Amino acid sequence: MMAYIARRLLQTVVILLGISFVTFILLYLIPADPARQIAGRSATAQTVENIREQLGLNLPFYEQYMRYVGGLVQGDFGRSYLQKTEVSTLIASRLPASLLLMAGAITCELIFGLTMGIVAALRRGSRTDDTLMIASFVGVSAPQFVVGILLLYVFAVKLGWFPIGGYGTFAHLVLPSLTLGFLGAGWYSRMMRSSLIEVMRQDFIRTARATGNGRAKVLFRHAMPNAILPVIAMIGIDIGLFMSGIVVVESVFGWPGIGQLAWQAIQRVDIPIIMGVTLVSAFAIVLGNLLADLITPLIDPRIKLR
Amino acid sequence: MTLPRLCPMTLPLLSVNDLSVQVATPTGPKVVVERLSFDLLPGKTLCLAGESGSGKSMTALSLMQLLPKPTARIADGSAILDGDDILALPEARMRQVRGRKIGMIFQEPMTSLNPVMTVGAQLVGAITAHGSRGRRASHARAVELLDQVQIPEPERRLGQYPHELSGGLRQRIVIAMALAQNPRILIADEPTTALDVTVQAQILALIRKLQADHGISVIMITHDMGVVAEMADEVLVMKHGRTVEHATTKDLFARPEDAYTKELLSAVPRLGEMAGSEIPKRAAGRAVAGSSSDAEQPMLEVKNLTVRFDIKGGILQRPVKRLHAVEGISFDVLKGETLSLVGESGCGKSTTGKALLNLLPWAGEIRVNGRSTRGLRGSTMRPILRDVQMIFQDPYASLDPRMRVGDLVAEPLAIHGLATGSALRDRVEYLLKRVGLSPEQMKRYPHEFSGGQRQRICIARALSLSPKLIVADESVAALDVSIQAQVLDLLQDIQDETGISYLFISHDMAVVEQISHRVAVMYMGRFVEMGTRRQIFENPQHPYTKKLMAAVPVADPTRPRRDFVPKAEDLPSPVRPLDYTPSFPPASDLGGGHLVWNV
Repeated sequence: MMAYIARRLLQTVVILLGISFVTFILLYLIPADPARQIAGRSATAQTVENIREQLGLNLPFYEQYMRYVGGLVQGDFGRSYLQKTEVSTLIASRLPASLLLMAGAITCELIFGLTMGIVAALRRGSRTDDTLMIASFVGVSAPQFVVGILLLYVFAVKLGWFPIGGYGTFAHLVLPSLTLGFLGAGWYSRMMRSSLIEVMRQDFIRTARATGNGRAKVLFRHAMPNAILPVIAMIGIDIGLFMSGIVVVESVFGWPGIGQLAWQAIQRVDIPIIMGVTLVSAFAIVLGNLLADLITPLIDPRIKLR
Repeated sequence: MTLPRLCPMTLPLLSVNDLSVQVATPTGPKVVVERLSFDLLPGKTLCLAGESGSGKSMTALSLMQLLPKPTARIADGSAILDGDDILALPEARMRQVRGRKIGMIFQEPMTSLNPVMTVGAQLVGAITAHGSRGRRASHARAVELLDQVQIPEPERRLGQYPHELSGGLRQRIVIAMALAQNPRILIADEPTTALDVTVQAQILALIRKLQADHGISVIMITHDMGVVAEMADEVLVMKHGRTVEHATTKDLFARPEDAYTKELLSAVPRLGEMAGSEIPKRAAGRAVAGSSSDAEQPMLEVKNLTVRFDIKGGILQRPVKRLHAVEGISFDVLKGETLSLVGESGCGKSTTGKALLNLLPWAGEIRVNGRSTRGLRGSTMRPILRDVQMIFQDPYASLDPRMRVGDLVAEPLAIHGLATGSALRDRVEYLLKRVGLSPEQMKRYPHEFSGGQRQRICIARALSLSPKLIVADESVAALDVSIQAQVLDLLQDIQDETGISYLFISHDMAVVEQISHRVAVMYMGRFVEMGTRRQIFENPQHPYTKKLMAAVPVADPTRPRRDFVPKAEDLPSPVRPLDYTPSFPPASDLGGGHLVWNV
């Protein structure tokens, strides 16, 4: 078990190195010039050149990259070009808000997705099933900024149940979580439905019914532990989806998380922050998958970690 | 048809009248059980016998109200148990019948248990399905049940998961679950079909013992007339949902009345049927025994074939244990000869077959028509594959569902570049005709064919390259007896015609007896006995061979039923430590090529 985790974390290092390399190349190739951004419109060519030299942006690509990785190895993510603060400090101050939002979104996804999926599976072929599956299809296809703005308009502006934006109380958390979880709930309900339908067809469900077990027992004791497995794997992958989602949702709701940080950094070509957020996101995805892989064998004893 | 009322003195426990079941199909409702009536007497066994599609399983599921919804439904009829019509009971009251009054055992022990729950949790679930009994009491009952079904070390087994147990043990657990609430009726739907023949004998004896101990009535569903003879008091033969014949077991076997029953009984291969004959059932009087053709080069020579798989583990994924699947076996297959490899699951017979086609890594020596196949792969193996082809067990899974039958049969010819255009078409037509299908069927897809027809397609495909040896791996195991007989006849006719050799891999002793010139009995990756068919079947020497033969159910109800119930035992495991070096005891030659190894 520990050996397995150790090996997976070792793989993670390689993955992160690869991601940092690709991101770095992309940022190097984009036509925007960070030095000009920092210097501002009115700066002279000389000032821009000085800034470029100061930040090492005049060095050849591989040297820049080696310098960056050299810093990373020592735990140094670099400094923001514009805010003059350590990137690690910036991310650390923003991360809790994003994690909170993610937890809220996962909760929404599970509550809505699983319930819809289970109900649809048990009433398969009925009008309820059709309605739920259309709803989930809408959930999967609706763009997040549209969902966010609609929710804001209805529940914050018209009904006034929740604050329009900001951060701090539980009420602030509700609408952003719903927006972020909307997409996942759609996916989960579809996956839960097909997985449960498949499991309910299995011989061991018939065995459980043949011994006289009631519907609830058959569903929750026999079917669900089998049917939930693909959903758990999905939660691991989902953390990756969140990372792209929070950039949009945090901007719509003014949520002070790393998504907003990333958005601002991208607008100003603040390369160290972009790199930092990318790496943290990648790490979160890998960690999410690792967690899902660790939970699965606890439910299904046939799966052995190797 | 009026049915003979048997034993009018005793009141029936369960009385089924005019049961009809419908299944929804794209072309409208189809009746799969039609006006079925029978009485089940206390303490007696009724067998529902018939081939696939006869409606016997649908009958069983109807009695439990477990028909797959919404496709199947009970259209008509009643089944009276304790004054209630159990076909019409609402779900809540039906639950009280399931488990309490009727227990059920299913065909497939591998999938009938929940993979993510321990055996104990599932047993306790069955015990407490109708209300809690307290933890201690239900645990004690679980132990008692495992003891009743003769599972040793019940305490340890309760903590295990289904995948850690063999098929025989799992089926015992399913039986224990069915018995958990002391039902008065046990419905057993093909309970031994998926099991090895020695395990089948144990399970059948166990059901008889439980029946004797607890006075349970049994409804046994089977396609195997041997099992019928071993188990039933009464038999109801079904075909396409209708009752064909209903009689006591003795009467049915002694004086079958209906043509279909007769056909069914005559199609059953009976062990010992071939006694005294040197050649396979349909061989055209042309004995191809080893001695007469010594000068000839064997079609296939195998020397010291060994297949081992490393089991990896630890941080570095290094081999920690080794599975000895096949250990140093040697045999020849002559031209025009059928050698059968017979043994139970896990004995290495299929692995041997795959090694012959280089489908997995092996050590030793294999020569096909004089050419060594060692180290050949891809294009270098291709010429060998023109001589050796394989037919697999499951005709449903071994044909690509998205390819037309004509293309499936033509594919090997195209791969080897042997024919194109109209020549290819003619060849495919010929092959389909040869296996008894019409060339018009070339344009159809596999799902439009029955199991037997699909196996014919597989045979046509294997024959397309005019191979000199066909490895047939359990090729008739999945087929109904009447279809099985036809396919076996076809294989033998092709042999008579073309002089092809077969390596016939099977667990079914009766089938092996019909088709083989020579037989090798495998156990734990070794040969334990090899000889001509007569030597093996009429003079078996190794205890394992004898055990295998004794376990085959005999379609003769007058034979006394065996009632020994040995405790379930774990098969010895072929997984060994890395430093294990197998020993090779020499074979003793009993003369005439009859070899026995003291393994």
